Amino acid sequence: MANKINISINGFPVDIEKGKTILEAAEKQGITIPTLCYHKDLCVAGNCRVCVVEVAGQNRLSAACATPCEEGMEILTNSLKVRNSRKHIIELLLAEHNADCTKCYRNGNCELQKLSSDYKIMTQDFIELAPLKSYSIDTFSPSIIKDDSKCIRCQRCVRTCAELQGVNALTVSHKGDQMKITTFFEKHMRDVVCTNCGQCVNHCPTGALVEKNYIEEVWEAIANPNKHVVVQTAPAVRVGLGEELGLEPGTRVTGQMVAALKRLGFDSVLDTDFTADLTIIEEGTELLTRLKKVIVDGDKDVKLPMATSCSPGWIKYIEHLYPEHLGHLSTCKSPQQMFGALAKTYYAKARNIEPNKIVSVSIMPCTAKKFEAFRPEMHDSGYRDVDYVLTTRELAILIKQAGLDFNKLEPVKYDRLMGESTGAGVIFGVTGGVMEAALRTVYEIVTGREVPFENLNIKPVRGMEAIKEATIKIEKPLKEWAFLDGVEVKCAVAHGLINAKTVMDAVKSGKADYHFIEFMGCPGGCLGGGGQPIPTNPEIRQKRAEAIYAEDGSLTLRKSHENPEVTKLYKDFLGKPLGEKSHHLLHTKYTKRQRY
Amino acid sequence: MANSHQLKRVDFIFRNENDWEKVLSSTIKRKPSELINELMSSELKGRGGAGFPTGLKWKFTSEEESDEKYIICNADEGEPGTFKDREILSKVPYKVLTAMAVCGYVTGAKKGFIYLRGEYKFLEPELIKEIAEFEYYCNEIDFDFKIEIFMGSGAYICGEETALMESMEGRRGEPRNKPPFPTQKGYLGKPTVINNVETLVHTYTIFKYGAKKFYDLGVQYSRGTKLFSVSGDTPKPGIYELELGMSLQDFVYEFGDGDTKAVQVGGASGFLVPRKKFKDAAIGFKGKLTGISLPTGGSMMLFNSSRSMFNVLDNYLEFFREESCGQCTPCRVGCQQLLLGIKAVKRGEKPASYLDKLMRLTETMQLTAKCGLGQSVANSFSSIVENFHEEMIY
Repeated sequence: MANKINISINGFPVDIEKGKTILEAAEKQGITIPTLCYHKDLCVAGNCRVCVVEVAGQNRLSAACATPCEEGMEILTNSLKVRNSRKHIIELLLAEHNADCTKCYRNGNCELQKLSSDYKIMTQDFIELAPLKSYSIDTFSPSIIKDDSKCIRCQRCVRTCAELQGVNALTVSHKGDQMKITTFFEKHMRDVVCTNCGQCVNHCPTGALVEKNYIEEVWEAIANPNKHVVVQTAPAVRVGLGEELGLEPGTRVTGQMVAALKRLGFDSVLDTDFTADLTIIEEGTELLTRLKKVIVDGDKDVKLPMATSCSPGWIKYIEHLYPEHLGHLSTCKSPQQMFGALAKTYYAKARNIEPNKIVSVSIMPCTAKKFEAFRPEMHDSGYRDVDYVLTTRELAILIKQAGLDFNKLEPVKYDRLMGESTGAGVIFGVTGGVMEAALRTVYEIVTGREVPFENLNIKPVRGMEAIKEATIKIEKPLKEWAFLDGVEVKCAVAHGLINAKTVMDAVKSGKADYHFIEFMGCPGGCLGGGGQPIPTNPEIRQKRAEAIYAEDGSLTLRKSHENPEVTKLYKDFLGKPLGEKSHHLLHTKYTKRQRY
Repeated sequence: MANSHQLKRVDFIFRNENDWEKVLSSTIKRKPSELINELMSSELKGRGGAGFPTGLKWKFTSEEESDEKYIICNADEGEPGTFKDREILSKVPYKVLTAMAVCGYVTGAKKGFIYLRGEYKFLEPELIKEIAEFEYYCNEIDFDFKIEIFMGSGAYICGEETALMESMEGRRGEPRNKPPFPTQKGYLGKPTVINNVETLVHTYTIFKYGAKKFYDLGVQYSRGTKLFSVSGDTPKPGIYELELGMSLQDFVYEFGDGDTKAVQVGGASGFLVPRKKFKDAAIGFKGKLTGISLPTGGSMMLFNSSRSMFNVLDNYLEFFREESCGQCTPCRVGCQQLLLGIKAVKRGEKPASYLDKLMRLTETMQLTAKCGLGQSVANSFSSIVENFHEEMIY
């Protein structure tokens, strides 16, 4: 067999492809070698040394994650030498770590805690280092809390911020005992280039980086008889929540989730998918308007390509790093903020509730949404449009605290008025989904016919490729859109900010001749969001994506413009897309920020 | 003493015959394979402390297929008690430059760098002039090799070859995972020879005088001469070129002040040898059949009976605690534990038996640390604690 080499692990022969690491070879054999700094999303660091193994003929132990297999290698993963060293290393990490586990947000889902438990580290002989250092907890960001006393210096966050996101908000400073993970000039996370995407939270093995939680605030609102608490759930939550509650990745739990939310005491359980459909109407119309202004009017001030604006991590990224290109952004608010603005206007009016009595809660796969809700411009209803944002993980905590047996809940439907959605709204949760939803609607508006893809599945924009491109030629448009006849609409989709950077650099240099680009801040789109269950990795995200497309496929309505509640909204309240009310409630502006 | 024949002063390195142009032009007329064989037969080993066979390093790099290759002269001389490279670069810089160019010729590299220790900034202006003259000559003889100086910034860890390359590439000086080794993927991911300053000068000697002349000096496994930086309680501190393989006893007769209690061989990352073991210890690379072999980058620190070995160890550990890059767990946390641990024992806050736990910790550090820094902390720790146990406690 070409490209295969023979090695042995713990005395058993293994053949493995050349170039694979010892860790991968062991995994193939069903042997788990413990790791901390290793993560499937990231480059190999080899710095925690927990994965050390013995290789025959070598005096020193080798890091399994960083050592490629070589022909004839005899590997021991659990020799006495390995065990003793590994235990030592875990003890050292615990000595450095503020191991106050019972008071930790990650208690029960901490990789160091698990290792300590697996290796039964029952005493601490080494000198505890955390009390000797003056750590302060950074709680100033509305999204992320950074507690250096819990940090084990694995640098997963640093690699995440650099490799997945290209943001570099987190970095390593100092050396030796002073070495730490910090920000530019050690400023608060709030004050640096951080996009609040939360990927560092998702990749942190311990409680050093966690979301700022608003659990108690939400419980208080629910308990307050004078408040009417509405909740919206983002598309990606329904394919992630199950993982936090013991289900396999990729399990769809939409109906149980709605049932759980009702039992938790929310007065009305509604769907962000509804405003996702609304976003498509507004954004699609905006795109067509821009195309018309450019093609027909020759308006030089109108920027193409138009970029989506649903992802608040992406928004803060472009505000920091491409502030001169904010004109490319759609002025549409994100579905969360459209929902918020409507909850305290349209919904309040329809339900005859004083807007100041409404508490608007959203469940998001995202930590950046917490920041977005706090943006000063998000008060178009006259109140703060969205009061509290909980992540998927926080919702699971609510469910556990309430003692609900999630698996036994009978699926329930969303409440009416802002609870109806189409498959197009659902796929907002996956990379390429906004683009697909937009194309389904825009093409039909322009031509009067369905998009020319089998079962409406626009495959070129699906999948986990870094950057996807698609071209759709407009033929035989309706009279109103005659100027688009023969135009090839060029689209691009980028997910993860490192890929957004590639596309934006092309836009900046004028090399991107796209009309429309979908940007999502997180790998895989919202389903890989910073507020989703931990762990995350490419396989898990793939399963969540399949679940999203299955959800889309299961619905009868799959085009945003067919959502009856959206139609009713325009008829009863908004008037028309991009109309005055829309402009006031559903659109926003952006802020230029500094690059550091 | 009668043994003085064992301690032979040699003068190769600083002998300056101003013939580098001739050496360069004649050496690059020889076949690369011939030069590699010459180096291999000299059995020259790296003089930075690790002792990797230099000929092999050049050979590996020459065998790599690549559009670009690099030669780096490691002049980050940071080991406490070492000061020989500074002297070489100020006294015989052209030998270093010539050796780099020959290495470039042998391996196919067209570009060399001198990674100069931050504290040696004062050497830079002269070196720049010398490089200019050197390159001028290369140009005259139609030999394409360019040399640049890269200034370090004072971190000890950047003397570690891969951390050095990280720092040259503009990143934090943190050691890389090996493999791949620099000969395969070094600076900018290209095959790179990285040699200590002194190693390069020895190759100059070998190419000029032939491998035999070099090989005939020293002992088995430790051929040739070595520069020693002698410091501490000695009446004659300084830099000495000596044959390898001498016994520590002879060394102390020559350099001691009559009251030598212990010698630290190889700087903070080396071994401490107490008086009673002087006669069994030889200075050279491992592989000698009998006795203790002590490799060294050249640092020889002598301590007399007025010195507290606790303070010596405390000082080393302070150094390591600060100079660890902080990347890997055993080194970052281990160094802190060792330092705090010996202090706690000294103060009576931990029992004397805690030293045994710390000894086991150093074993783990040696087995698992990512680079030579963390691996070698065990050397000074265990040799001091074992031999001066009492001084650690009382």
